[in-house]
Amino acid sequence: MADAKWPKAGDRSLIGKRISRLDGPEKVTGSAQYAYDVNLPGLLYAKLVTSAHAKGKIIAIDLSDAESSSGVKAVWKDEGMVGGEIRYVGQVLGAVAAETEEQATEAALKVNVDYEVQQPQVVDSDSQFATGRESKRESGDIEAGLKEADVVAEGKYGLPVITHCCLEPHGQTAEVRDGELYIWPSTQNVSRYADGMDDAVGIPRSKTHVDCQYMGGGFGSKFGSDKWGTLCSQLAKETGRPVKLLLDRNIELMIAGNRPSAYGEFKVGIKNDGTITAFQANVWGTGGVGGYGMRWLPYIYEKIPHTLVTTRGIRTNRGGQRAWRAPAHPQCALLTMSALEDAAAKIKMDALEFFRHNIQLTDKPDVYLEELEIAADLIGYKEKSHLRGEGTPGSVKRGLGISLHRWGGLGHPSECDLSINPDGSVTAEIGTQDLGTGARTVIAIVVGETLGLPIEAITVRIGRNSYPASGASGGSTTVGGTSTASRLASTSALNELLKIVAPHLGVSADALEAKQGVIREINQPTNAIQWTDACSLLGTNTLVKRGVNDRNESRAKGFIDSNVGGVQIADVSVDTETGIVTMNQMVAVQDCGLIIDMKTAESQVFGALIMGITSALYEEALYDAETGVMLNADMEFYRLAGIKDIGNLKVHMMTGKKYEDRGVIGLGEPPVISPAAAISNAVANACGVRVPYLPLTPDRVLDALEKGGIA
Amino acid sequence: MAKEDNKPLDSGISRRGFLKGVGAGTVATGMMPGLAPENAQAAESAKIQGPGEVPITLRINGRNRRVNVEPRVTLLDALRNRLDVTGAKKVCDRGTCGACTVLVDGDPIYSCSMLALEAEGREITTIEGLGTPEHLNPLQKAFIENDAQQCGFCTPGFVVACASFLEKNPNPTREEVRSGIGGNLCRCGTYAGMIEAVLDAAEVQKGGN
Repeated sequence: MADAKWPKAGDRSLIGKRISRLDGPEKVTGSAQYAYDVNLPGLLYAKLVTSAHAKGKIIAIDLSDAESSSGVKAVWKDEGMVGGEIRYVGQVLGAVAAETEEQATEAALKVNVDYEVQQPQVVDSDSQFATGRESKRESGDIEAGLKEADVVAEGKYGLPVITHCCLEPHGQTAEVRDGELYIWPSTQNVSRYADGMDDAVGIPRSKTHVDCQYMGGGFGSKFGSDKWGTLCSQLAKETGRPVKLLLDRNIELMIAGNRPSAYGEFKVGIKNDGTITAFQANVWGTGGVGGYGMRWLPYIYEKIPHTLVTTRGIRTNRGGQRAWRAPAHPQCALLTMSALEDAAAKIKMDALEFFRHNIQLTDKPDVYLEELEIAADLIGYKEKSHLRGEGTPGSVKRGLGISLHRWGGLGHPSECDLSINPDGSVTAEIGTQDLGTGARTVIAIVVGETLGLPIEAITVRIGRNSYPASGASGGSTTVGGTSTASRLASTSALNELLKIVAPHLGVSADALEAKQGVIREINQPTNAIQWTDACSLLGTNTLVKRGVNDRNESRAKGFIDSNVGGVQIADVSVDTETGIVTMNQMVAVQDCGLIIDMKTAESQVFGALIMGITSALYEEALYDAETGVMLNADMEFYRLAGIKDIGNLKVHMMTGKKYEDRGVIGLGEPPVISPAAAISNAVANACGVRVPYLPLTPDRVLDALEKGGIA
Repeated sequence: MAKEDNKPLDSGISRRGFLKGVGAGTVATGMMPGLAPENAQAAESAKIQGPGEVPITLRINGRNRRVNVEPRVTLLDALRNRLDVTGAKKVCDRGTCGACTVLVDGDPIYSCSMLALEAEGREITTIEGLGTPEHLNPLQKAFIENDAQQCGFCTPGFVVACASFLEKNPNPTREEVRSGIGGNLCRCGTYAGMIEAVLDAAEVQKGGN
C-alpha cells in the first residue's frame, strides 16, 4: 500500500525537480483566456461612474444625458450615494453599459454629478495628522535599555503608499442565462468569490458559476467580488446580455487596493561591541479609508530586551488599503533594518558582523546564520564590503546592504477529487486558482509522483467553484493546501486500485507500488502490470477519491508547516552627482520547506526581488494635497522597474533534510519583504548617509547627501 | 519628507540642485497636454471619416478581416473587442507598458496607440500569428523552458517584442537584450528568465541547440 507521507529525497521522481509550468504553451501564444478576454455574443461593455472629488457630499446624480448617449443599453446609479458622503476620488457612484467600449466610456462622462466639495486630507508623512487610536506595545524597560547602551542612534525612516498595479485590472465578464449567473472574474479566490453576491444580485449561490482559468496578477488585492462584480452581474441580469466591466487603469490604481505607508522616529540603543539593548519606535502611516496596523516592530530582532513601540493610523481621503503581498512585513523590515544598520554604522561596525552578533535576538538563529553565510558568499561580501561611506573615491559609490525576513505560509484548507478512469487517464479537480505561481503544475507534479506517472498524464482542473472547495490564494497558503489535498486524494485512489490489481499479480496490495508507469511488486519489480492495463480492471467504474487538507492534522503529520526565514543582500551603485541608484546585483537565500517545483519556486523569488526593487527605487502613489487627486494614476509616472533596472539576480533555495522534513511551506510572500530594506541599507553603505524615505529617487538621494543624512 | 527645491534656475545653481529640481518637477511636466497643433493644410486635404462607423479591412496574420469601426477605435480595441483576437492585452492603454505589442509591417508597435484606421492596408502580426500551443516557435519554447512568465498577462506582448528584436538582432549580447526589450513591463517580475529565453532562442535560431 502507498503511504501518503512525502517521499524521501532518493524516492522522488518529480517533486523538487525543475519542471516547466503546464500552462506555459497557452501563455506564450496568447491563447490563455483571462476575464478581460471573454467575448460572448451580444457582449455589452460597462464603465464605472466614479467620484471626481476626494471629500464632500453627493447632491445629485443625473443619468439622463448618459441614458440618451449612443449605444447605451443600461444605466445605474447608487441611490444610497445621493446625499451620501464621498471619501476618496474614484469612489463608485454608478455605471453605464453600452454596445461598444468607446460608447460606454463616452456615456460615463455624460453622467452629471453635483457635489458639495470639501477640503480633503491626503497627507500621511506627518504624524500631526494621525487620527487613529494609539497602539502601544512594550517589553522590558525602555529607559533602562537606552541607559544601558553606549550609543543611542536616532533616525527617521519611511515608505509611501504603493499600489498593487496588477496588469490585468480588477473586473469580470458576467452573463445571466435561465436564471443562473455565469461569471468570469479575475480573482484569487475562486471557491468563495461569490460569497455575499446572492443578495445583491438576486441569484442564489448554488446557481452562480465562477470560472477563472487565468488571472493577470492579484498580489492580495483580488479576494472579493467587489462592488463592480455585483453591479456587472446586475447589469447582465437587467439587460439579458453578457456584460464586461474591467476597471480603467487610473481607477484601478486609485480604488482597487494599495499598501499602507509607514513613517517613524526611532531610537536604537547599542553597546560598543554591537549588542542591541533597546529599540524605540513611534510609527504612523495611512491605509487610506481602510484600517492601519504595523504589528511587526522590531522586525526579526524581536527579542531585543527593552522595546517600546507606538503606532497610529492616519485616515486619509484615498482609496482603501488591501492585503499587499506580505502585509506590513516589508514596511516593518525597512523601518527596523534601517534603524539597526544605522546603529551599527554609528559604532563603525560591519553590518554582516552586526546582524550575526545579535542573531540570538531572532527566533531562528541557526537558519539565519546559515543563510547569511550563503548570501555573503554569493554576493562576494568579503571582497566588496566596506564600512559605511568608506568605499572607493570618485563620484560613483558602491555599497552592500543586508536584510532578514520571515513568514508563516501554512497551507490553507483545501479539497481535491482525484479520478482514475478505466482508460488510465487521471484527473484532479480542485477549486483553486493559478495566479502565475504554478498552482496547476504543482498539483500535477504531486499526483504524478504519487501514481508513478509523468505529469503529462495528469489532467488538472482548477478555477471553477463547482470543484471541491479550496482556500483563497493569499498569505503563501496555496502550495501547502493544494499539494497536501492532492497527495491525500491520489494516495487514497491508488490504494483502491492496488487492492483491485493485487489478485492479478498474486500478491497482497501491501506488496505493491506504482512507479514509472507500472504497478509492480516492491520486492520483485518484474511482477508488474502496465498502468493502463491495471486501470482497465476498473471495468466501467471511475475511481474517485477526495483528499482533504485539515491544516492542524496535516501539520501534525508533517505534510505542511509554517514559519520560514530568508536573507537578502543588495549591491548598488550611487552616483552622488546625479543621485541615480543603480542595481548591480542582488542575492536572495530562502527557505520554504519541501519544494515541489524548483523552477517555479525560483521564479517566485526572482519575481519578488524585482517587485521589491521597484518599490525601493520607483513606486509611490502621489496625491495632490489640495484636491486629493492621485497625480500618477497611470503607468508612465507610476513607474514599474523595467528589464534594464534590476541588475543581476541570484536565487538560492535552501534544500536538504533539515528543511525538507518540515513538509511544504508557502513562498509567495517572504522574498518580497527584504529587497527595499536591503537596498536602502546598500545605498547608505555606498554614499555614507541614510536616504530616509523610499522610493530612493535622485531628488531624495541628493537631498540626503546635501543634509548629511538628517531627515 | 524631502523638501522640494523651488529655487528658480539662476547662474549660481549647482548641478545637484538643478537635477533635484528636475526630479521633483517630473510629474508636473508629465501633466502638460500635447502642444503640437494640427497642420491646417494637411487637415484640409485629408479624407474626413466618421464620427460614425467606417468599414475597413485589416490584414491580420495573413488573413483579411472586414470590420466596422468608429475612427476613434484603437487597433488594440478593434482586435480585442471586434475581432476576438485577444492575445494582445490592454494594460496601461497609454503606450507605456507594451502588453499590447503587435507587429505592423514587421515593426513592433503599441496597438493601444494606433488607430485601427491607420492600420488599414498594412501587414499586422499578432501573438496568434507567431505560433500555437501545438506548434511553438523556438522563442516561445525558450520562454517556457526559462519560465519567463508568471501570471502571463504581459507575456504575449513580450513574446512579440522579443521576436521582433531577434529578427533585427540575431546575435545579441545580454546587454543588448536588456536594451532591446526595455519597452515592455512585467509586474510579476519575470525579467530574469526572459533575458535567458531571448539568448537561448538566438542560439537555436543560429543553428545551435
